[in-house]
Amino acid sequence: MQADLPLYPDQASNFAMSVDGLMAYITAICAFFAVAITAAVIYFFFKYRRKHPGEVGVPIHGDMRLETLWIVVPLFLALTMFGWGAVVYVDYRRTPMDTLDIYVIGKQWMWKIQQPTGLREINELHVPVGRNVKLILASEDVIHDFSVPAFRVKMDVVPGHYNTMWFRPTKAGRYHFFCQQYCGTNHALMGGWVTVMEPMDYAAWLSGSSEATANPVLAGEKLFAEKSCNTCHLADGSGRAPSLNGLYGGKVLLADGSTVTGDDAYLRESILNPAAKIVAGYAPVMPSYQGQLTEEQIIDLTSYIKSLQSQPVPAKGSGVAPATGKK
Amino acid sequence: MSATPAAVNQMPREHYLNATYGIRSWLLTTDHKRIALLYLASVTFFFFIGGAFATMIRIHLLSPKGLLVTPETYNKLFTMHGVAMIFFFLIPSIPAVLGNFLLPIMIGAKDLAFPKINLLSWYIYLIGGCFVLYSFSTGGLDTGWTFYTPLSSVYSNSAVTPAVLGVFINGFSSILTGLNFIVTVHTMRAPGMTWFRLPLFVWAQYATSIIFILGTPVIAITLLLAGLERMFHLGFFNPALGGDPILFQHLFWFYSHPAVYIMILPAMGVISEIIPTFARKPIFGYSFIAGSSIAIAVIGFFVWAHHMFVTGESTYAALTFSLLSYLVAIPSAVKVFNWTSTLYKGSISYDTPMLYALGFIGLFLIGGLTGLFLACLGLDIHLHDTYFVIAHFHYIMVGGAVMGYVGGLHYWWPKITGKLYPEYLARIAAITLFLGFNLTFFPQFILGYLGMPRRYASYPPEFQVLNVMSTAGASILALGYLLPMIYLTWSMRYGEVAGPNPWPATGLEWRTPSPPPTENFEVTPEVTWEPYDYDNRPDLGLDVSGAPALAHGDD
Amino acid sequence: MHRTGELYEQYRTLEQQRETASLGMWVFLSTEVLFFAGLFMTYTLNRSTYPDVFSEASKTIKLWPGALNTVVLIASSLTMALSVWASQVGKKKLLPLFLIATLILGTVFLGIKAYEYHDKYVEHHIPGWNFNFEPGADAATNAHAQLFFSLYFGMTGLHALHMIVGAGLLIWLLRESLRGRFTPEYNTPVENIGLYWHFVDIVWIFLFPLLYLIDRH
Repeated sequence: MQADLPLYPDQASNFAMSVDGLMAYITAICAFFAVAITAAVIYFFFKYRRKHPGEVGVPIHGDMRLETLWIVVPLFLALTMFGWGAVVYVDYRRTPMDTLDIYVIGKQWMWKIQQPTGLREINELHVPVGRNVKLILASEDVIHDFSVPAFRVKMDVVPGHYNTMWFRPTKAGRYHFFCQQYCGTNHALMGGWVTVMEPMDYAAWLSGSSEATANPVLAGEKLFAEKSCNTCHLADGSGRAPSLNGLYGGKVLLADGSTVTGDDAYLRESILNPAAKIVAGYAPVMPSYQGQLTEEQIIDLTSYIKSLQSQPVPAKGSGVAPATGKK
Repeated sequence: MSATPAAVNQMPREHYLNATYGIRSWLLTTDHKRIALLYLASVTFFFFIGGAFATMIRIHLLSPKGLLVTPETYNKLFTMHGVAMIFFFLIPSIPAVLGNFLLPIMIGAKDLAFPKINLLSWYIYLIGGCFVLYSFSTGGLDTGWTFYTPLSSVYSNSAVTPAVLGVFINGFSSILTGLNFIVTVHTMRAPGMTWFRLPLFVWAQYATSIIFILGTPVIAITLLLAGLERMFHLGFFNPALGGDPILFQHLFWFYSHPAVYIMILPAMGVISEIIPTFARKPIFGYSFIAGSSIAIAVIGFFVWAHHMFVTGESTYAALTFSLLSYLVAIPSAVKVFNWTSTLYKGSISYDTPMLYALGFIGLFLIGGLTGLFLACLGLDIHLHDTYFVIAHFHYIMVGGAVMGYVGGLHYWWPKITGKLYPEYLARIAAITLFLGFNLTFFPQFILGYLGMPRRYASYPPEFQVLNVMSTAGASILALGYLLPMIYLTWSMRYGEVAGPNPWPATGLEWRTPSPPPTENFEVTPEVTWEPYDYDNRPDLGLDVSGAPALAHGDD
Repeated sequence: MHRTGELYEQYRTLEQQRETASLGMWVFLSTEVLFFAGLFMTYTLNRSTYPDVFSEASKTIKLWPGALNTVVLIASSLTMALSVWASQVGKKKLLPLFLIATLILGTVFLGIKAYEYHDKYVEHHIPGWNFNFEPGADAATNAHAQLFFSLYFGMTGLHALHMIVGAGLLIWLLRESLRGRFTPEYNTPVENIGLYWHFVDIVWIFLFPLLYLIDRH
């Protein structure tokens, strides 16, 4: 649109218009005050210039009503800005249920992206128009940030945590994404392109791509055996550790009586710091895999465990709290 | 400029500059005025260093692929620019130069409460500076001035440890200065100098000092922990060892956000002195300006996590910090309204300090208002870590704080040196600075909204036009800084003798000779007048007959 | 050096000088509170994240030296308070004796601390120096235990550093008191250094339970 001197990026996501609207609103208010005060200052500057060397000004010490006015009015306007911004933000932080989940790993200085089918991309992200997309962000080293200006979204990628972000692309096209948290030497080169495709094209691309795809579920299943997870986590619940059937998305009952949702973050923590949350009825004997798995391997294991959510949950020997179903 | 009959002013025979001679009398001085000049020299040195890095940055960014240096070097340039400017120029500038010089005189005291500790502060500053210079010259520093972990504590290959130690040490310089100021204002005021007769500059310094003493220790311990983590491979902030990088950010910003108020409050205090003087009337809303300084200092401690809206912090935390960030804007707005109102029905002269003060209002206005964009959660997602943020804080720190500093230097130059600077050249420099600044930084707002990330050594070609504009502005800005450095230095030798009160102004500092004697006052003053009271100061020789007596509103 | 009761140049009255010095020390102590607070905050957050490992690690620190040190420090605060009292009532002979007692107790504290640190050295519990929590500990446990000990050494080390500075101040105070410098009219340094000493004591009162008494019954 604004071809020659753009003032804003393409509007390509569900958030873009509200963010731009918010921007316009705040700009209008601020421009008003900026102009008003500047005009007043300039006007007074010239109108009240000193007429003769010894002249003094009129001693006006203050005015309670004016002070009240310019505390209350800005406060009110500030609250409206806060309110609208809060609404947009809460929407952004509340990921909807029905998302296409894509894993994004940032490492110095590249992005490794994994589509739900396991298809991997480097520095490219393909997404379909009109679908809610959730990105699950992990870092292998320092803090990065995945940012798509055309979508008006970004989220830090913090090592040791999973962060998630969501958006719904609304316009097909190719848009920049950037790393937006300084991460070392090639921070400026750590970007790429988001390609938004029509759903049919996306599906075609996903299945027809000749890029090497290791099905993460199969890879995860292999790792599960390799790392001896299967020696304790028996599927029928008779092992030293709870069965993982039905775990993903379910509610887990912990030893201290609380429950927690079996989501990506829980799985990751249980692999790296198993002592943090002990399932009710089990001993804290699981060793930590900190330092023994790459982020991709953790994602593969998670994908495999996710695939077990439809498996029958054993009556005994499961961490899943009864009667509360999946997400 | 003075309305007194034209007796040619003479330099006082003995004053603080010539009372004693020799390098030892300067390096071992406990006179707050001399210490202020020691600081002036050292902060100017670091300003040059930070400025040199900024020049290289702007030249480098002329081309999308980067014109001047490798990415490694570029990353060091912006880091070192930030560290030098923030910790060794901006934070000390007004407090340690103008504050040190003026605070005791403004309250009618002979010196600060603890003059030897004042000197110690300067030496601590120097030692911290040496560590940081050592870091700069042996490998440089490339972590960003924010030292985020684990990049700084584990992955960076630059000279992080000496830099972090240098900033840590420098923190104690701030703490001691703040301590000195607070105690001085409490216990050293002259008889009759009640709290509400204090000049607003003193209120501003007091508020700043609260932040100095409560905030700085936290960054001290934070940087110490980060340094220890790096040196001994500990794990406070390193997730691979069970630590939390977000904890570092919380601890870091707990100080570093209030730190920005350390940088702006003193400048606001300067403006609150200049405007009444050059409008020749009392400040409008004295108690609101004084109170707003304290309010900013206090509320400023509760907004730090607005730097962390996209770290994945809880939505509740984000909402709270956003709301509080809007609240902290209100006292600043109150000041701007009050300053503007002071101009109404004033008798305004166009002297250079006034030009700086008005420039400050314009630029601080834009800088402060753009803070409202960033405090807005929905917008911050898009604007975080873009050039919008860079433009925002430069408008406040440079357009605000530095203009306040330079304006204050001009305003009090006659008192400090006994000489006047060349007025017309100074006005040209002020205007140059103002124009150059806007051309440098306004395009960056647009760059930011378009999405250009900060700390990028290279960028997509569509961002080039705005970058070139910005660099062009920077060259004009540089001229605006060089000019005062040259003519202020020149004026020390060749400037016209100023006399005690060239403007004239009403503060206690203008009742002593220029330059003042070492003990500031021959006789301890006894204060019986209100501040900025042009109407009741016959000693100023002004014509108050024409001014209609107005029913005084609220004070 | 100014002699007893002499007014420093920047002050108008002795009363102002005394008030100023006192306020200065209080403001300084408030900065120290914030300084330690960052460390305490880090400790608290990490302890709630890794309660089990922290508990285990804490139990490897012998309890009796810490408890003894607590008694020693409290006693030293008593002798310090007595020094301040002595200076206020003009007991010029008693003052140095109480100061010496405080100094001795402070030194005992540091000695016991050195003994504890040595213990940790022998057990390979010093982070960054052949650290190994216990044989067979997995990587995560080691990392989290190292976190505990980093904080242990950080907090007690910082505290010990403050004690050493305090000891230096006491030596100076002792020297001046032997010169008869402090009188009922002028005893500000004794009071203010007393404040500092009490502050360092209070920090220990918080440190001890936090570090030594996790989960002990």
